[in-house]
Amino acid sequence: MAEISNEILLSMYKTMYKIRTYEETLGSIYYEGKSPAFDISAGPIPGELHLSSGQEAAAVGICMHLKPEDAIVGTHRAHHFAIAKGVDLKEMTAEIFGKTTGLSSGKGGHMHLFDANVNFSCSGIVGASFPQATGVGIAAKIQGKDYVAVAVGGDGAANQGTFHESLNLAALWKLPVIFVIEDNSWAISVEKDKSTSVGKNSERAKAYGIPGVYVDGGDVIAVYEVAKEAVERARRGEGPSLIEVKVYRFRGHFEGDPQLYRPKEDLEEAKAKDPIKKLEKQLIDREIIKEEELKKMQDEIEMEIEETIEFARQSPYPEPQEALENVFYRE
Amino acid sequence: MARKLPMYKAISEAIAQEMEKDNSVFVMGEDIGTYGGIFGATTGLLQKFGPERIKDTPISESAFIGGALGAASKGMRPIAELMFVDFFGVAMDQIYNHIAKAHYMSNGHIKMPIVIMTAIGGGYGDAAQHSQCLYGLFAHVPGLKIVIPSNSYDAKGLMTAAIRDDNPVMYFFHKGLMGLGWMPSPDEAAVDVPEEPYTIPLGEAKIVKEGKDATIVTVSRMVYEALWAAKELEKDGISAEIIDLRTLVPLDKKTVINSVKKTGRLLVVDEDYRSYGMTGEIVSLVSEKIGHDLKTPPRRLAYPDVPVPYSRALEKFVLPDKDRIKGTVKEMMT
Repeated sequence: MAEISNEILLSMYKTMYKIRTYEETLGSIYYEGKSPAFDISAGPIPGELHLSSGQEAAAVGICMHLKPEDAIVGTHRAHHFAIAKGVDLKEMTAEIFGKTTGLSSGKGGHMHLFDANVNFSCSGIVGASFPQATGVGIAAKIQGKDYVAVAVGGDGAANQGTFHESLNLAALWKLPVIFVIEDNSWAISVEKDKSTSVGKNSERAKAYGIPGVYVDGGDVIAVYEVAKEAVERARRGEGPSLIEVKVYRFRGHFEGDPQLYRPKEDLEEAKAKDPIKKLEKQLIDREIIKEEELKKMQDEIEMEIEETIEFARQSPYPEPQEALENVFYRE
Repeated sequence: MARKLPMYKAISEAIAQEMEKDNSVFVMGEDIGTYGGIFGATTGLLQKFGPERIKDTPISESAFIGGALGAASKGMRPIAELMFVDFFGVAMDQIYNHIAKAHYMSNGHIKMPIVIMTAIGGGYGDAAQHSQCLYGLFAHVPGLKIVIPSNSYDAKGLMTAAIRDDNPVMYFFHKGLMGLGWMPSPDEAAVDVPEEPYTIPLGEAKIVKEGKDATIVTVSRMVYEALWAAKELEKDGISAEIIDLRTLVPLDKKTVINSVKKTGRLLVVDEDYRSYGMTGEIVSLVSEKIGHDLKTPPRRLAYPDVPVPYSRALEKFVLPDKDRIKGTVKEMMT
């Protein structure tokens, strides 16, 4: 901790607080128009919504080391990485609302966010990120550049063939890729120990001859430090690393998930590991920030989120016939 | 005794009854145990049959779908569920190179009594990777039977037939027909279902409404859009006949041809993509057999060749519906 500046600590706190506020706000807006009877097709945000509350430290601890030219390929639950990577929040929100001011003018939606300015993308297919980030690594190597790629997947995704194929390829070709497994213990309803043959996916790195680290996502500083090493190694051209971050899913797999499969204690234990509360306590205890300054910072973030939501709400929907455009690239 | 059941319960009941009668039937898939299937198709099965026969799998589709082939080769009758049809990409090799071909390549020495079931369809804002139909893709591959029920009675009878079939059957249920409560579903899809097991032979289409002026051939949720359109067309003095194909492979050519012979007009409606799919297949069939007898060129309404957009405004524009069916039939009558 000694070597991390107060500035970085505060910056990480800000981003984590922003992510949490954003997710919890979306989480309540999602139910507008969906009551009394829950109807997935209704309201300002239709379809599935996978929120990342509790998992902030994984995104923030890693993205602190990334530059805009570094790529992130995310998952169906990607808002935290998008925000930490610097995706335009207004455009992202408008996209989630299906509006014409959105990143993709409403074509993509919450699981399909693309922001080429900061090299961010994500998708709704489990395990799809690993080969794609590997490909970014191939490009970096051919071009002789020092940008890196981060592939994100859940603990469930580590049982996909794509994960193992990509680790092998990236290790074989010494590609600048950081494979990140967010272990939130649940592949929807299936617990990790019922789906994964080893306790830690990070151990699987051994099979491919690369470093594998398991780190507690309740502690953003720990994630920051582990990520620093992996990103620097990748930039030096020494090849890929695997980081498994133990994260805590505060909400359902998707909004509306009754979570009947999940013991109450599991959620309580998860909430006790809140990475934001932990860092907040450190900031106050070490007198890095005063409580009133902290409150002011939180107020500012809340106001920014409020403005962002208002922007998305006020934006118009795309013209229906735009649905037929952009299947193919045209000069 | 029959009682009204939503489609998801009809499917799980069919599976349960076959499992009771035949120890070789078992189920594998993601979230099919404790959760009962994200769309409820395996509701209550874990409680009845336990984890040896109702297997929650890792997210390893090549492994458990390819695994269905291996188990079938040793006399089991596996049912594999993969949550959304959109997710099949990662396991395609096991399906189209192996499960579909093993019987043929072995010249009939190996049989593949496998059911692969999955959810299809959009209309609720789930965007490009969770809303497709794609059954046309699988129907294109020789060796796979393709089942697409539109109501709970058919769902049970077709599932029972699929499990008892000695060939690989892909069974596609539309999310918007399952009667889940949290996903809009037409009331008409939940019908009376007999308690006892029964089968509906694969390859028998159903005339869901008789008519004399135009034949609408369709499947799955579009059956209801066609029925609602036909109701309005009646008011304008136009009588449409509606055929629910129920299975694409085998295809009940006779029912389609006989109907179009009678009406002289054909409209094919599909929620799957337009090009190289079901609509083209049915139009070709009719054109080849009785093209000269048609009163007007055949027409089709399908998902235009674009990925499913997220925004409600965009998705509504591309999804075939009652109004478009009605308009097209009217054009065909003038």
